Formats: sequence, structure tokens, C-alpha cells
Amino acid sequence: MRVKLCVLLAVATTLGLAAPAATAQAPVILKVAIVQQIDSLNPFLAVFQSSTEINKLMYDYLTAYSADDQAVVEGLARRWEASPDKLTWTFTVPDGKKWSDGEPITAHDVAFTYNLMLTDEAARTANGSFVANFESVTAPDDRTVVIRTKAPQVTMLALDVPIVPRHVWEQVGSVKDYANDRMPVVGSGPFVLTEHVPGQFIKLRANEGYWRGAPKYDELHFVYFQNSDAAVQALAKGEIDLVNRMAPAQFDSLEGKAGVTRNQAQGRRFTELLINPGARTRTGEPIGDGHPALRDVRVRRAIAQAIDLDALVDRVNHGYAEKGAGLVPPVFAKWHWRPEPGQERPFDPDAANAALDAAGHPRGADGTRFSLRLTGRAGRAYDEQAAEHLKRSMSDIGIALDVRLVSDNQLNEATTAATYDLAFSGWATSVDPDFILGLHTCAQRPGADGKGGTTDAYFCDETYDRLYAQQLSEFDEGRRRDLVRQMQARFYDQVPAVVLAYDNALEAYRSDHFARFTTQPAHGGVIMAQNGVWGYYQAEPAEVTAARPRGWGGFAAAGAAMAAVLVAIVAYALRRRATAGERE
Amino acid sequence: MVAVLGFFLFRVVPGDPVVSMTRGRPTTAAMQAELRARFGLDRPLHEQFWSYFTGLLRGDLGTSFTFRRPVADVIAERLGPTLLLVGTATLVAVLLGLWLGVRAGWRRGSPFDRVTTGVSLTLWAVPTFWLGMLLMMATGDLFPSRGMRDTDTPPDFVSQSLDVAHHLVLPSVTLVAVVCAEYVLVMRSSLLEETTAPYLVTARAKGLRDDLVRRRHAVPNAVLPAITLVFLRFGLVVGGAITTETVFSWPGLGLLFYDALTGPDYFLLQGLLVVTAGAVVVMNLLADLLHGVLDPRVRAA
Repeated sequence: MRVKLCVLLAVATTLGLAAPAATAQAPVILKVAIVQQIDSLNPFLAVFQSSTEINKLMYDYLTAYSADDQAVVEGLARRWEASPDKLTWTFTVPDGKKWSDGEPITAHDVAFTYNLMLTDEAARTANGSFVANFESVTAPDDRTVVIRTKAPQVTMLALDVPIVPRHVWEQVGSVKDYANDRMPVVGSGPFVLTEHVPGQFIKLRANEGYWRGAPKYDELHFVYFQNSDAAVQALAKGEIDLVNRMAPAQFDSLEGKAGVTRNQAQGRRFTELLINPGARTRTGEPIGDGHPALRDVRVRRAIAQAIDLDALVDRVNHGYAEKGAGLVPPVFAKWHWRPEPGQERPFDPDAANAALDAAGHPRGADGTRFSLRLTGRAGRAYDEQAAEHLKRSMSDIGIALDVRLVSDNQLNEATTAATYDLAFSGWATSVDPDFILGLHTCAQRPGADGKGGTTDAYFCDETYDRLYAQQLSEFDEGRRRDLVRQMQARFYDQVPAVVLAYDNALEAYRSDHFARFTTQPAHGGVIMAQNGVWGYYQAEPAEVTAARPRGWGGFAAAGAAMAAVLVAIVAYALRRRATAGERE
Repeated sequence: MVAVLGFFLFRVVPGDPVVSMTRGRPTTAAMQAELRARFGLDRPLHEQFWSYFTGLLRGDLGTSFTFRRPVADVIAERLGPTLLLVGTATLVAVLLGLWLGVRAGWRRGSPFDRVTTGVSLTLWAVPTFWLGMLLMMATGDLFPSRGMRDTDTPPDFVSQSLDVAHHLVLPSVTLVAVVCAEYVLVMRSSLLEETTAPYLVTARAKGLRDDLVRRRHAVPNAVLPAITLVFLRFGLVVGGAITTETVFSWPGLGLLFYDALTGPDYFLLQGLLVVTAGAVVVMNLLADLLHGVLDPRVRAA
């Protein structure tokens, strides 16, 4: 019995006192919370935002976007020029840049990457759209990449394609089955992937040989959280250093918290209300079951006019958003559009009522003109609250709303099959407006089989499409800007959707661990989810780093308590056994 | 049977994997069609089923759409954490639950009985999610708030296992609190049924002390329903504890299930169903066999 007790005591002591001694030179680590799964770290397959963000840290693109104002700056290529007919682009990859294994980065790596995408269908999974217009890609020498396109393409300096090392990827048999997990993964970015445990974490270490200079700390860890409340708590405790995509309430909860700095940034996302304009497929067949009244642009305008956008931003976004207008958020100031005086549609329920009367939808006996379905996502706070708000706004103009909050998948299904009247949606936009503008062209609607569409607004407008084609081959930036703004004005006027708000990106970091992060753009910009990786790359550790809580005290207490209980139980049992004979 | 059910059940899950994969990214219709063809989603349903079924017979669970890796691999790497968490929690819950149940049932109506039953019923009724978050907040800095391991723990075995144990505390306490009530109640009620049995009167008449009557005569008979329950539960263990794993970001099968549903990732869902259903069947079989060992009447029959 004494032996047993000793063993137990020893265990308890080990549990209690095994707090690891701090090593003299612990590496400086930036720990970032991610709340989305990693689908793959193979840059040709990865589509989740979390994965592309990590791929960006591992591989540079041909060009990059500056932190200050998102202008195009040097990436792997330092210089570029287009031929007069804009069909041939020549990029120069300078001497001296190296892969993380020391091999030089050459034009052949670039050509190899693009050609892999042109020849291998699987390699087009994630970024195929960027090479859809490519005719050929060649590397006449180590420094020069020549890309020929089928038609002039204005987005040639916005090719967001990770360039991979040829000497590694030549050995890869099948891109579609390659998990890119030969650690450390050879790359060109500021960090090198060293470990990935699915569902748990990803570790990267600083690339000492990075051509812009090594990062100012040693390791970058992404730790996975399934729920954002836990991530915010972990930040408050100091377990992690950086978190983004917070909800307004979570953001508010960190106000005034010692050692935590919050960052309310202009985001790249907008939230919109789709108004089914009578959806049709690319071939012209009607699809879905949108309410026929919405085919009339006067009705759509009246609905838009009856929505008080300021009140929505105020009450539903809790002020963490800007009032919506055009398709491009104000963070991309160059392309952003706001209605001029005279173009705008101020909040005016009376005018909306009059317009509906004029459009031939008189109020019925109960004061209702017709009723519409509003589809949104269950469990998303915005949809739940905004739906209530819209219900009141619509009842003011005699439209009854039947609110249907459904799962994410069901919402996707409703919008891709056009089985909605009104629905909440939203998109993230990129530096070049081509993606978000192209999304609303006739060609993006689904084919005759109802598949292959990417739009959810089913907008198809001749004027808009003509402007889209023009801007795509307009290489004068001033003129292109005019065209892009005209497109947004047209979209606003035809109202296939109402842009409700440009959401702020809500982030927070431990300023007692990391003193400074670079935001993009410089003022009011984001740290995470940038068009680039400046936030992670230029993060500066605090002079005196506050210790992370290890919680070993609690562990020791729990361990000791458990051990004590065990000891008590064993002792009790032994005593009973010893006296059992006497007692019976 | 499970394969058939799994296949068709999950096809009814709303959503289109290709759409949710390409949503929010620049894509062309041609790229979507390529993806559909690669996943085999463009083929008629019966062909898809046939190729899945024949694959299954060869032990091939297919490839996950989301993770682009074989389903068997994806499931295998999540099996360990789930067994660790739910296994530990079940073990503790069973021991604690049976012990409390016996105590409570033996002295029905005593303060101990009332407190035990009350507390365990309350914990049972509490939403797991809420309880987990509450525990996390209440314990403050004492325990880590996520996952199974810290990223900066030294790689040696002792530090790693201590770190895992440290991470294990909160999720398993949450899980124990929630599932313990079931064992308490089953044990308590089956013991109650025995308390009036004539053989206990006999035992007492022999002059045995109350404790011995309980331990040697009542409990062995009353424990049989509880054993069945334990094994039934153990089968479900493999399915993971979705809510607990979600709160604490525990990288187990429950979390995987949750992620797979949002695809929907058909092959992964089917694979998970086959594995969990298989576990239930095996455990039920074990429960039946064990009954024979524990209960002489079953052995004779």
C-alpha cells in the first residue's frame, strides 16, 4: 500500500511540477486564428479563402499590390510591358531572387506554372479563369516571360496565380492527387510551410532568403478554431495574437481590454439584397419561380426606395459598415461609385407607394398589394435582423414579406436555381473590378440545363454588357474608370439587387506581443485577408513581449486534485479490504 | 444497406458541391463542368451509385471533394482524437454515473438521491454548447480554449502528452457533465426495481450487512441494463461529439461531419456514415456477447 501511495504521489508531483522550463531563446511566434477549414495547400486546388491566404505566404505572384494604395508593384517580375496591340505581354524576372531551397527563380518557373494550367485540367481548378484567355506562354531566356493572349485583356497585371518552382513540381505526377506536403515546402514567399496537421494547425517559418528581406520574427502559426467566440476568447487570454472576421458584438466585447488593439477596417465585402428580375438561362428560357411583378423595373426601384439603408447600417451592422451604392466597395477608391445628385434614390416610402400605384399594383382590401418571399441564411445574425427590418419597410409600401431563413446550402440552391423573390447575398471583391462586374453579365447565367452559372442576380442588360466588353479592353485607366462607374450606375438604375452595405472588416491583435501591423491600404485597411501578405510579413514584435498564459497552474491544481481523489479512493478501498474479514 | 441509405440520404442534402466550391471565386462555366466531370457528378445517379458501391466492396471510400484526398485517410486521421476524447469522457461518465446511480437508488428519497438526480438532470438538460462556453469562461486562463495541442509545445513525448491531457480536460468535463445523467438514471431505476426483490430479503435474513446486500446481490443484477446502454453509447462514440468538438475545436470526427455537411461533401459523408454505423453494429454485438458472460441466464438460453 505504501508503494502505491508513493507512485501516486510521484504522478501527482510530475503532473504538478512538469511546467516546462522556459528555454533561453524561444522563437518569436505570431499565432493567428483561422475559423475556416483548409481544403488543400496545393495552390492549384485550394479554393477556400483560408488556404489561398496561406498559399500567398508561400508563393509570390508575378506582380503584387502595394500596401499603401494597392497599386501594382514588383512581384516575381520587376518590369513588364505590353505590345502596341496589347496581345503580347513581356515580363522580366530579375536575377537574384531565390526559392527557399536556394535555387534561383527564373522565367522558366513562371512559364512552367502557366503552361501546367493550360495543359492540365486539374491545375485549372482554383485559378483557371486567369489563364482562360491565354494563347501561349514561353520563356525565351532565364529572365523573360512572354504571354500571348487571345484578346486584349486589361487584367494582365492582376494575375493572382501562385508561381511554383519547376524543379519541384516537374516531379509531381498528378496535380489533382498532390497534397503539397513535402515539408518544408519549397516556395518563394516570405514564409516557408513546415508543418500541417489537418483540423489543428499550420506552421510556417520565416524565409531568411526572401528577396524583400526576412520577416522580423521567426515563426507564423495558424491555429484552427471551429467557432469564432472561442477565437475571440483565446485572443482575450493571449493564447493567440491576431483574429479577424469578428461580429460587431465580439468586437465590442474587446473594447478597452488591456494588451488588445482593435482594427476597424474598410472591408472588401458587400451585402446585397437580390431582387429576382425574372431569371432566365443563357439561352433565354425562364428559370426559377420569381414573382412576375419584379420583372418590372419600376417595382424593383420602388422596393429599393423603401429601404432605409442608413437605418440598416446603424441598427443591423451596429455602425460597422458603410451605406451601399455601387458594386465596388469604397476601399477600392479608384473604381468605387456613388450616385451623383439626381441619380440617387433617397429613402422615400411615399414615392415608392406612388410608384407602385402607377405600376398597376393597387393595394387590396387588407392594404396589401402582393406578397414576396425573402430568403436568407438561418444563424447569420445579419440576415435574421435585417429580415425583420425589411419586413416592416415592405409592409409600409403594401408588400407582405414571407421570411424564409434556411441553411447555407439551401440558400445557395435557391439562388442558383432562381427560386427566390428577394434574397440576401454578398460578395468579396478584388483589386481589379473585373470579377465583380463580370459576374453580372448575361454570359454568367446558367446554361440550358440550369448548371454552370456563377451569378445569383440574373442580371442581363445590353447596355451593361456593352460597357463591360469596352472596359475589358480599355487600357487607359482614366477611361476605364469612367466605363466601370457607368456600369455601376446602370446596375444601380436597373436594380437587379440593392447593395445594402459595405461591411467593415473587424480585427484585433495582441499589441503586447506584436507592436505594429501593416494595413492595406495604409489608412483604414485590413491586416488579414489583404491583396498580399503585408500584414503578416511586416508585423513587428513588441520590444518586451508579455508572456503567454500557459495555464499550467490550473493543470497542476486539477492534476493534484485528481491524484488526491485517487489516493483517497485507493486508501479507502484498501482499508475496507483489510477490515472486511472483521466486519462480516 | 448502410451504403444504400448513406448514398441516397446525402444526395437529398440540399446544395451543390461544385457551386459551393466555386462560389465567390472567378470561375467560368467550362471550369464548373470540368469539376463536375472530375467528381463524377455529371453522370446519372445510378451509375454514380454503382461506381461508389463497387468501390466500397474493394474498400475504397472515394475521394473527398473538399480535401482532395482519399476519404479513408481523412477519417483515419480524425479517429484518434475522437476516440481519445469520447473514450475518456465515456469511461469517466460510466464510472461516475454508475456509482452515483447505485448510491442514489439504494437510498431513494435521501438528500443524496435528490441532489444527485437533480444535478444530473439539470446538466443533461443544459445545452452542450452553452455549458462548454461557460466552462471556458469560468476557468479563465487555467485551460486552453481550443484544439488538442499547442503549436509551440516541445516535441518530446512527455511534454506532448501533458499538453494533450491539458487540452483534454475541458472538453471531457463538458461531455461527462452532459452524458453522465443517463447512466445515473438507468442505474438508479434498475436498482430500484431490484430493491423489492425477494432474494434481497433472503440476503438480509441471512444477516448480511446492508452494504454487502447491495454490492453482492442487488448491483450485479441491476447492472445488466446499464451495460447494454454503455455499449450502445460506445458505438455512437465513434460518431464523435459534434457540439463539444465544435465548441473546443477538437479535431475529431464530429467536427469532420459538421464540415462535410456544409459542402455537401458526398463521399466524406457516406464514408463517415459507414464507419459510424459499422462501429454501432460491432459494439452491439459486443454488448450481446458480454451479456452472456455477465448473466448466466443468457448463457443458458
